[in-house]
Amino acid sequence: MPVLWILLIILVLSVAGYVIGRQRAIQVSPDGARGLHSLPNYYGWNVVLATAVPSLLVMAVWLIVSPIMIDGRVSDLIPDDAIAEGTTRSLVMEDVRRLAAGFEVAISEGKLTEDQAANIRTDFTNVRARLGEIGFALGSEPSQAVVNAAQQYRASASSSRIWMTILVLGLAAAGFGYAYSRTKPEFRARNVVETGVLALLILASTIAILTTLGIVLSMIFETINFFQAYDWRRFLLGTEWSPSFSGRGGGSELGILPLLWGTLYISVIALLVSVPIGLYAAIYMSEYASNRFRSIAKPLLEILAGIPTIVYGLFALITVGPLLRDYFAEPLGLGNSSSSVLTAGLVMGVMLIPFVSSLSDDIINAVPQAMRDGSFGLGATHSETIRKVVIPAALPGIVGAVLLAASRAIGETMIVVMGAGAAAAQWADGKFINPFEAMTTVTVKIVSQLTGDTDFGSPETLVAFALGLTLFVFTLGLNVLALYIVRKYREQYE
Amino acid sequence: MTDATSAEVPKAAHHGSLLIETDHMKRRNSAEKRFKMYGLLAIGIGVFALAMLLISILYNGLSAFTQTVITVDVSLTEEQFNDAESSMLKTGKYKAIVQSALEAKLAERGLDGQIDIGEAMGLMSDDANADLRRAALKTSNWPLERTFTFLANGRIDGYYKGRVTMASAELDSKISPEQLQLADRLKEAGVLERKFNFGFFTRPDASPTRPEAAGLGVAMLGSLYMMLVVLFLALPIGVAASIYLEEFAPKNWFSDLIEVNISNLAAVPSIVFGILGLAIFINFAGLPQSAPIVGGLVLTLMTLPTIIIATRASLKSVPPSIRSAALGLGASKMQSVFHHVLPLAAPGILTGTIIGLAQALGETAPLLLIGMVALVQNYPAIPPEGFFDPATALPVQVYFWTTRSDPAFFERASGAIIVLLIFLLFMNAMAIFLRRRFERRW
Repeated sequence: MPVLWILLIILVLSVAGYVIGRQRAIQVSPDGARGLHSLPNYYGWNVVLATAVPSLLVMAVWLIVSPIMIDGRVSDLIPDDAIAEGTTRSLVMEDVRRLAAGFEVAISEGKLTEDQAANIRTDFTNVRARLGEIGFALGSEPSQAVVNAAQQYRASASSSRIWMTILVLGLAAAGFGYAYSRTKPEFRARNVVETGVLALLILASTIAILTTLGIVLSMIFETINFFQAYDWRRFLLGTEWSPSFSGRGGGSELGILPLLWGTLYISVIALLVSVPIGLYAAIYMSEYASNRFRSIAKPLLEILAGIPTIVYGLFALITVGPLLRDYFAEPLGLGNSSSSVLTAGLVMGVMLIPFVSSLSDDIINAVPQAMRDGSFGLGATHSETIRKVVIPAALPGIVGAVLLAASRAIGETMIVVMGAGAAAAQWADGKFINPFEAMTTVTVKIVSQLTGDTDFGSPETLVAFALGLTLFVFTLGLNVLALYIVRKYREQYE
Repeated sequence: MTDATSAEVPKAAHHGSLLIETDHMKRRNSAEKRFKMYGLLAIGIGVFALAMLLISILYNGLSAFTQTVITVDVSLTEEQFNDAESSMLKTGKYKAIVQSALEAKLAERGLDGQIDIGEAMGLMSDDANADLRRAALKTSNWPLERTFTFLANGRIDGYYKGRVTMASAELDSKISPEQLQLADRLKEAGVLERKFNFGFFTRPDASPTRPEAAGLGVAMLGSLYMMLVVLFLALPIGVAASIYLEEFAPKNWFSDLIEVNISNLAAVPSIVFGILGLAIFINFAGLPQSAPIVGGLVLTLMTLPTIIIATRASLKSVPPSIRSAALGLGASKMQSVFHHVLPLAAPGILTGTIIGLAQALGETAPLLLIGMVALVQNYPAIPPEGFFDPATALPVQVYFWTTRSDPAFFERASGAIIVLLIFLLFMNAMAIFLRRRFERRW
């Protein structure tokens, strides 16, 4: 039975449970709703929770776990000699799954019966041609072992589906019956329901932990796989980035240093643009601007923060890049590439202006007025007060804001994908210093190694996870440091 | 500031008055002015950058909303249709029908004999045959007699938008200057014209050689599906998590752990969520690539911190007296939250949710990793099956178009950005409206 149907049945059961549970509570009570411990609605909700929650949880777990178990069992069935030279068990399993999906389509189109699909043999039938008739393309004619495995796969999957249906619907019915039988006037329905709801609330808030765990674990696992195929010292200390596209690891140089250099170079330019502009804008807004000016300028700058990064990327690609190339790089003889460090850095700087300015604005506003008044009283001008009193007082907070902006810049993807180019930094001839040279970053390489045809057995693909982990560690470190500084600073004046 | 207190000061300083500027004061005052100017300049640069950004996008993209079309009257009999459908070269058969229709149109305008029909057919998009076939497959009313507005070739379209010139046509294998002159004659005769481009909103993406036929239909539908997934997952989960953390959570290590995780997730680069989606949802859980459900799940995880932070802020802003009053009248803690605090916090939660959705709508990087960069020409089905069909998303479509070599796609990409920005503007305006209209100050 399709999952959707099971969900619908549970939904119907729950709605019925609410109505029946409520009704029953009023009926069994000697003097109607007055004699009940809780309001009648709670008896209804009690039945709903008992019906829906355990069954849905079991279904979710089953849907996640059963494919893994079936995969494991079927993959054990493939004999070692069926795995051809140059492929792996996991690649053969890929074929098995694909073939099983093909059978499914063939049956739903009426080209094969259940029996035919379960007994098809490569010696008698050309499986590939047969599935080709219904527009289902297979890479090559499957071997008998693969066909057997695919049939086994389908059999296991369908029996797993049947068991799940029975178990889930059984649980729902059992929950319904149990809750219904407990509906008595003295039953503390409200307390039970509220405990259940609280458990659901806690479950929802653990999703944040699960997400972090998912991020860290998925990257660590694949990174370990990567380091088994590629020496970690060559990755961390390698000065060359040139993945080969044909072979499996052979001839690839996957050193992270050129990518880190590109990332840092672009981020530094972005900060050089955004920090002075953002800071001065924040100072003007909080110290000088009239309310009218503020109410217009502040939202205008904040629009910059609401614009998606793809828009900045396109801006870099079609406007800023060609502009820099035609008016600066080519006349100065510094290069002829429209994607460059400077393009990406400038555009990213613009993106970060509102980020720096709104954070600094908050921080400058938090400096106590008494400090300004003291400075004015000693005869300092407004700008002297700001430079000598307000900024030094706000400095830790501003440093925190700059660090947060830096972490944004390092993790930014679309602007560098579209504006910075795909070539890794070249150490020869001082090219890595030239800001008009195209230079790639960590995020760009994560995208390029993981899009298109990916093969999760090769270090060229797996390196993306190691890059991702590096990025994660970097940004996390910067954030933790920044938050620590900001918090410490806030406490100072509170 | 006077120097009167210092004994060492030269005598002249004693005659100084606050009303007379000394050199020293002049310097200080002009430093003050300069400082103020820097501030204004900084804001000016920011606003200038915003203006440049918008002007550049509008300048490049507005022309995507019009399209050069060629209007002809087609009559197609059922026999012709069956003949074409049973043929191996369907395109060729339909092309012949389009050609005869164009010939008839030229004759009607008195241009027959002066124009080489082969050259004239070169002005037509390759998609014209497909358009005719689609119409023929749908109709049941034979013979099919209708006025069609077929798309003109991307180069002809570019000619009227200033992208293609006589000089560039000279070097182009796909178009010749003679054809451009021919197009001008057809335009005078009223056969060829520039019209509002409805196809841009309804058509799916097209192959890299046919920029004129590329549209945002699938991308907008895919984005809509993802937003639905985000709304139905992130809103309940986010609100539930916020209620727990704000109203029930005891101060212990577990609550702290959740808090730390939420604030960290808000700062994790979006691309990392893409890696998570690829590793967990696609490789581990076996969900299909390019599917809106995977995109929706990834964006849900990304949006959760935003929604949680906004929801907690608005729960916090409900005064404790409301809770105390409810508890005092005998409500349980849970009842006081669900019956009183939550409804009062609802406008703030809604505003936060809309802003989170707007963020998710513009997000691109994680979607690249889960296989959304693909040529998808079939519309996804109606949900729930449609959640598992391949689709693209608006920002991903923009990126995908910019990777193609034909400059006509840059115009399309900018046009798509305009559409995206209009959606975002609308969502943010709605959020501001809701906040103004419903938010209560206590």
